[in-house]
Amino acid sequence: MTPAYPELAAIRLGYGLSPRHGAPDHAALVLESVQASTVPEGWTAEQASRAQSELDAARKGVKEQTVSMEEYRALNQRLNGQRLEVLRGRIARALDAPAGFGERLVQFWADHFTTVAQNPPQQIMAGAFVDEAIRPHLNGRFADMLVASSTHPMMLVYLNQNSSYGPNSPFVRRRPGRNLGLNENLGREIMELHTLGVGASYSQADVRELAELLTGLTYSPRDPVRFRPQIAEPGADRVLGRTYGGRGTDGMAEIARALGDLAAAPATADHIARKLAVHFAADDPPAALVADLAATWRASGGDLAQVNAVLAGHPALAQTFRAKVRQPLDYLVAALRALGVSGDQVRAFDTPATNQILSGPLQLMGQPFNRARGPDGWPEPAEAWITPQMLSARIAWALRIPSKLVDPLPDPRALLSAALGNTASPPLAAAVPRAENAREGVAIVLASTDFIRR
Amino acid sequence: MISRRLLLKSGALAACSAAAHPWLNTMTFAAAPGDNRLVVIVLRGAMDGLDVVQPYGDANLRALRAELSAGPDKGAPDLDGFYSLHPELAELMPLWQAGQLAFAHAVATPYRDKRSHFDGQDLLEAGTGNDLPIDQQKGGWLNRLLQDLPGATGETAYTVGTEEMLILSGKAHALSWAPDARLALSAQAKLLLSDVYHDDALFRAAAADAEAIGGSLSPLDIDGKGPNGDAAKLAAFTANRLNGATRIAAFSLAGWDSHARQPQVIGRQLRQLSTAILTLRDQLGANWDRTTVLAMTEFGRTARENGSGGTDHGTGGAMLMAGGAVRGGRVYGDWPGLGDGQLYQQRDLLPTRDVRAYAGWAMRGLFGTDRARIEGMIFPGLDLGPDPGILL
Repeated sequence: MTPAYPELAAIRLGYGLSPRHGAPDHAALVLESVQASTVPEGWTAEQASRAQSELDAARKGVKEQTVSMEEYRALNQRLNGQRLEVLRGRIARALDAPAGFGERLVQFWADHFTTVAQNPPQQIMAGAFVDEAIRPHLNGRFADMLVASSTHPMMLVYLNQNSSYGPNSPFVRRRPGRNLGLNENLGREIMELHTLGVGASYSQADVRELAELLTGLTYSPRDPVRFRPQIAEPGADRVLGRTYGGRGTDGMAEIARALGDLAAAPATADHIARKLAVHFAADDPPAALVADLAATWRASGGDLAQVNAVLAGHPALAQTFRAKVRQPLDYLVAALRALGVSGDQVRAFDTPATNQILSGPLQLMGQPFNRARGPDGWPEPAEAWITPQMLSARIAWALRIPSKLVDPLPDPRALLSAALGNTASPPLAAAVPRAENAREGVAIVLASTDFIRR
Repeated sequence: MISRRLLLKSGALAACSAAAHPWLNTMTFAAAPGDNRLVVIVLRGAMDGLDVVQPYGDANLRALRAELSAGPDKGAPDLDGFYSLHPELAELMPLWQAGQLAFAHAVATPYRDKRSHFDGQDLLEAGTGNDLPIDQQKGGWLNRLLQDLPGATGETAYTVGTEEMLILSGKAHALSWAPDARLALSAQAKLLLSDVYHDDALFRAAAADAEAIGGSLSPLDIDGKGPNGDAAKLAAFTANRLNGATRIAAFSLAGWDSHARQPQVIGRQLRQLSTAILTLRDQLGANWDRTTVLAMTEFGRTARENGSGGTDHGTGGAMLMAGGAVRGGRVYGDWPGLGDGQLYQQRDLLPTRDVRAYAGWAMRGLFGTDRARIEGMIFPGLDLGPDPGILL
């Protein structure tokens, strides 16, 4: 069957249908949702840096016995609680967005530029990364998002840029015994994952030269300065045949220029067009969609507003209906939306409720929040998510959780229509009324292939 | 280029058609293929072989590494006068002394030069070479081994943990489960869900396996607490399956990407690895004597320490072997040297043997797999070379 545009838009581009929102009946409404998502939630790198400094000071205090173990633990716990606040905030916005395309794009780009938080202050920093490097650029130029993400403290810490020093920099020369030097990690992942893609023609030498150009980028929780010439490797660097940096140039501007060229490379257009098509349409995406996205990307110089518009109006959305499996975060939001849960309800969850309803289940479904396995982010194929244990976790959530959130539970037949509109398949429509009780009826809707796929 | 997506897709489509058994089907336990057991642990993130098995007898090591891999001087237990073991694996020394722990050094898959974790892992799990067209690089090598085992059933091979494991994906039906997963459904809900999943092969197969596994598990008494709790749980669950009808199991331990502060990063992971191996030994009981554990990683790291107290992506690395079936107490492989002109591209340990050759000889010894099948089908295009004699 081919669903009408409002259902397609809500299910394929957004976070699903909801009794609280009308489905968007034309692409302009879908695209408006992107602008709404550019407004940050309010997490900042400064806030995360303060938390880091506070924690460092407390740790020192414990050593010097000026801070008690209880105080230190309480601080840790308070900071850790903010991880759950970041998660609740993200889910709440997706629940309250009438057309959720903007919030879906937040998730897509946060995953494209994957970072993994390692401690409580970094959990806050991960929230700041989304608010400072991703959201403001959803409708802007990809090159700007690339620069913002590559120079953000969260990325500098995650991909070890923070400990990369020019081997011949003044800073290192003054410390001959310290064995300080280059770290290739950020340079490599920018080329392999964030721009060109691993299949493109770049070499180990290009990785090395980009890593040298990136030296000088740094982060300290006590200092907002993001570029320090004294740790930058002197001399020009040749990346993909072009020369950057060297005597008399501005290090930060040259990094931005190199990133701009990587953003403008044809391979980048192809790589990310395909990624978008895989994420929004099908694991094996229609060639026309990839080509249209890439063409618009190239013609517009990576103007994401124009790329978003191609996606929102493309016939491939209808041709590949239900080809994708909702990833666990996407799934939880869609289920909560279908149940009519509001953002305020979620923001009010305490820690145990957040763990039981959101955080724990995400882990069991295979997608712990902000904890992707590596910088390549979450896998896309349906087969990566519908394994016996991960499907079990979804069925268990659908059975246990709705009754904790909605009292009384909806009539399963009403939920079927609220969640899927006119798109339910005959076997599901036949199965739902045969459930023994409302709880199982609700579970069958939310655990169905019709609902888990989009 | 190989893509994980393509590999998974090709494998899973085949698995769907093979797994069309109905929901509520009871498992049939056909005669299992022998008593020998193989556990493959995939170490994701490129473990630094030079730090795990430290060639301190090579005078060039010190010039490359000021802090890392410092040998017995920094408390690394000596293995054989040339190699020492990373101190965080010291708990495994009794296994070494008992001849149940060995390593192969200077090994690699055929993957070279781009040094991408993700392509490197795909190739390690696919078990193929670089030279094959993409459409032949389907599924994982453990699955192809399984296809070659007479009497294999779905229960014969398992992946454990919530992560997808390409290494066991493919035509032969294998099971996967996580120690924490639970499924309890009423009979009516089961029936209705089986209707709803009927037309979707992927969901139908996953739900059928979930039901079969969920119903067949005996309660596990696993101490999954503490910093190494996850590794303990994975290994205990694996042992539980291997004590039953399962003969082949795989799981992964991630987090080996030590670009900075390597002692902390690798230390934490080595404690996990050590816990996993010791848990397997303890929980397998008498079956440990018939078991071979192979821990493999996608590539090694730079021979030279970088300026962040870590190492960057390299080529040649090390493989760990453990188990009562292993001829241990030795480091296998030809040492290529770390001097000028001896490194690969003047930066990485030069691989002197394909890591798949060791795995191939292990399956030859454990399951009697035909050499031609190993070289032609399981690891297509591989020259197994002479038998290194890693098994008793």
